[in-house]
Amino acid sequence: MIKKGIKLIKNGKRIDGRLAKQLRDMEMKIDVISTADGSAKVKFGNTIAIASVRGPRALFPRHLQESQTGILRCKYAMAPFSVDERKSPAPNRRSIEISKVTRLALGPTTFLEDFPKTVIDVFIEIIQADGSTRVAGINASSIALTSAGVPMRDLVSACSVGKINGTLVVDLNGEEDNNSEADVAFAILPSKDEVTLLQMDGLLTKDELIELLNLAKDSCKKICELQKGVLREKYKSE
Amino acid sequence: MEELYSLELIKNGKRIDGRKFDEFRKIEIEKNIVQKAEGSALVRLGKTEVIAGVKLGIGEPFPDTPKDGILMVHAEFSPLASPEFESGPPGEDAVELSRVVDRGIRESKCIELDKLCIIPKEKVWIISIDICIINHQGNLLDASALASLIALLNTKIPKLKNDEIIRGEFESKLPVVFKPINVAVGKIGNTLLIDPNLEEEKILESKLSVALREDNKICAMQKQGIKGIEFKNIEKMIDLAIEKSKEIRKLVK
Repeated sequence: MIKKGIKLIKNGKRIDGRLAKQLRDMEMKIDVISTADGSAKVKFGNTIAIASVRGPRALFPRHLQESQTGILRCKYAMAPFSVDERKSPAPNRRSIEISKVTRLALGPTTFLEDFPKTVIDVFIEIIQADGSTRVAGINASSIALTSAGVPMRDLVSACSVGKINGTLVVDLNGEEDNNSEADVAFAILPSKDEVTLLQMDGLLTKDELIELLNLAKDSCKKICELQKGVLREKYKSE
Repeated sequence: MEELYSLELIKNGKRIDGRKFDEFRKIEIEKNIVQKAEGSALVRLGKTEVIAGVKLGIGEPFPDTPKDGILMVHAEFSPLASPEFESGPPGEDAVELSRVVDRGIRESKCIELDKLCIIPKEKVWIISIDICIINHQGNLLDASALASLIALLNTKIPKLKNDEIIRGEFESKLPVVFKPINVAVGKIGNTLLIDPNLEEEKILESKLSVALREDNKICAMQKQGIKGIEFKNIEKMIDLAIEKSKEIRKLVK
């Protein structure tokens, strides 16, 4: 819901001092959970997402197994203290939908058919929410999957783009997200150019939308470099 | 088996029911089919059948929008409609469908929510759209969005006496000012198609659902399906959705 009269851009700068097409400071850390097969922590400004991957492992109860392929399960959750008003830890409609689109965003990069009867579980916890949490979760999951040694066709890189005060911007923070005219969540397999997450709401002309998608694609390339960076770092030290 | 046959046909440029790739199934619309609801509609897309009902109630507004009415969308996938549906609380597909329909309506600003205030900060109208799937033969999303819109366009606001609702007597029409139309574009290989039936839905690689207003502004999108969409194809899918939305809008009154 747009509150009237809120100025989110002054003299070309956003409320956190960024330019329109500038990503927030990002931090990525790999293998942050010792009991997981792969894990990662991603910070987009104040947004903090942790992802942990377990599997491929045998799937129980057995009736859930698929004889021809493995399955991917994703669970997106927000910690009760991650937002202004305490959030109940139980899944709500929003987190159920995000869990589904996260699975579909990550699925196309895996070779699940090579692991029949197994499951790969991805658990995402948002520790602090300040906008763009689902894409932060996908970025973390992508490097966690890689770190777990799951064979992958490509990394998955994700970011949000949107329109605030009539300006097209990249990587919306919480305040911008709540007052945006439109926002788009986007994930891509960067070297295959395949879009695996695309959700939009708000009001945009087709031209604005296409411009935003190109912005999102370019930003994902930058994010992909960061992801590759932490992965290289890991294997250098081993 | 029908899925494999359908896939084989699509590779040869045909569809299992003989339609063109950009052709909807026969669309049938019935308005005001439930007298107890403030607004209702039944939509058939071929054999797919969906009923949307609108109920109006009174409740407290959200603190950040003290003068605005509230919109809620809920969908039920009952085993009545398909052997694939199970009893119990809404699963992720039902949740996703209701949220995508919700975004199309909400973001298009088709309902003037600011005209639905009774007492600021205390009482506003709550619009509940409930989507009941009667028969699932594919493309539930387009059918549900269309049924919801037509139900809203025919919704009447009940009379109030001492801030209590008098059921069965009406004050005015619900202020609906835009007509958002949802068009889901499916993709198999390089073939784009609309209004997939059940067999086609099972073999679709990906789907892009686009909600459009009459000024051609895009108000909601959702990518679905198990495969990614090549970046260059997204614009083609949006163009097809824009074109087809005009055709559907002509049926909406």
